[in-house]
Amino acid sequence: MTVVIQDVGKIFETRTREPVTALGGITLEIQKGEFVAILGPSGCGKTTLLRMIAGLDTPTTGSILVEGKPVTGPDPRLAMIFQEYSLYPWRTVRANVAFSLQMRGVAKEERDTITDRFIRLVGLDGFADSYPYELSGGMRQRVAVARALATDPAVLLMDEPFGALDAQTRNRMQKELLEIWENTRKTVVFVTHSVDEAVYLADRIIVLSPRPGRLSAIFDVRFSRPRDRTSVEFASLRRDVLELIDQLEESQ
Amino acid sequence: MRWYLKVIPPLFLLLAWEVASILINNPFILPTPTSVALVLLSPMADILGSGSIIDNALLSIWRVILGFGLAVLCAVPAGIIIGRYRIIDELVNPLIQLFRPIPPLAWVPLALAWFKIGLASIVFIIFIGSFFPVLINTIDGVRRVNRTWIETALIYGAKGWKLLVYVIIPAAAPAIWTGLRVGFGVAWMCVVAAEMLPGTNSGIGYLIMYSYNWGQVQVIIAGMIVIGIIGIGADLLFRTIEKKKFQWQEMNR
Repeated sequence: MTVVIQDVGKIFETRTREPVTALGGITLEIQKGEFVAILGPSGCGKTTLLRMIAGLDTPTTGSILVEGKPVTGPDPRLAMIFQEYSLYPWRTVRANVAFSLQMRGVAKEERDTITDRFIRLVGLDGFADSYPYELSGGMRQRVAVARALATDPAVLLMDEPFGALDAQTRNRMQKELLEIWENTRKTVVFVTHSVDEAVYLADRIIVLSPRPGRLSAIFDVRFSRPRDRTSVEFASLRRDVLELIDQLEESQ
Repeated sequence: MRWYLKVIPPLFLLLAWEVASILINNPFILPTPTSVALVLLSPMADILGSGSIIDNALLSIWRVILGFGLAVLCAVPAGIIIGRYRIIDELVNPLIQLFRPIPPLAWVPLALAWFKIGLASIVFIIFIGSFFPVLINTIDGVRRVNRTWIETALIYGAKGWKLLVYVIIPAAAPAIWTGLRVGFGVAWMCVVAAEMLPGTNSGIGYLIMYSYNWGQVQVIIAGMIVIGIIGIGADLLFRTIEKKKFQWQEMNR
């Protein structure tokens, strides 16, 4: 197991000092190389869960293990891709991708070799010396993916990475992400609120219920990739997941 | 850009000035534009034994560089620390709020008591004047650094001084630069005012005050024009560098 989430809960304190349970006791195991999507209506704590795996937030209860060792803070085994605004605008694409390597003291030459490889992997050759503001939203997210992969993490955490993109770019990015994933076989935890995206990408879809977030259902997506959005099986799974989410939202 | 629109008001002002000076017909109240232009056209010429406009202006610039440089050296590090640590902010904020509204010139008597008349007093006044704009902008810039940038840095293993050098400072740099620009403007105003104090005997501020005593109004106006031009020049320099270095700021998002 690459990621083991054991009875993880999170209680926040509001401004009036009242405790609010954001997540209540989630238990989940994620296998090496698996692509897991976490889905749920807004306010279900899916981003909180991801941030706790990343070590940016600490769980109030329970524990998170990555490759057998507990996560106590930001950690080189984990890389995270945010929805947007995570690139450093004063750095070129190359310098952005090299950031983590630079922070870890990798020598310049080795850094350049690794960086160039991942810039090529995400299809941005020729843009290495461009600045983020010269790129489209989709290209920026590819830079973020390259930067994450350059650290060779055990787990790739993605927090609605394509949420700010237009529909066409989004579909293309999903396809490209799957190609990259098939090449690198990283374990991916992908938070989204798009059912379509989850069914298209994931091996397993974890559905959380809102306030407090609890594990509501797990769907295995068994049909092979690349998936056809117009196929019967795709449509039927999407309908099942959507129905469940509708119910969860209504019961709130 | 309709550049010709920018030219109309100065030309109109010049015309009005010419007409007014002819009507008033008293060079001790309003000299003609021509007499002022004559002073400006020979900037290296000695004026009443006090040195030329250029000499005095350079001396004023040098004083500003000393006072402003000292202010930057103190205010930028202080601003970074205050912006970074909430607890220090809460600790020193009342002090900043207390001192900030005091006009730099209100410090003059104290400066004279401490440093006597001379370079040290002038530099001190400039220091006080430019310290706060630089400090406030630095604090603000550091505090507003995008949270995602910091979290990304943490995830990728930056902390301590690396986080500061590679993320916080570059991210806050445009705001710090704005502070420098504003601070320099204030410093320039302070030097001219400080040089008018009794006992001073050099600098562009002194030169125009001295010219008043001798009834040389055309030199006063010429000096004021030089002060304005240097101010605009410095501001333009700051803005040009800002555009070149921080263009990511406007085009980001």
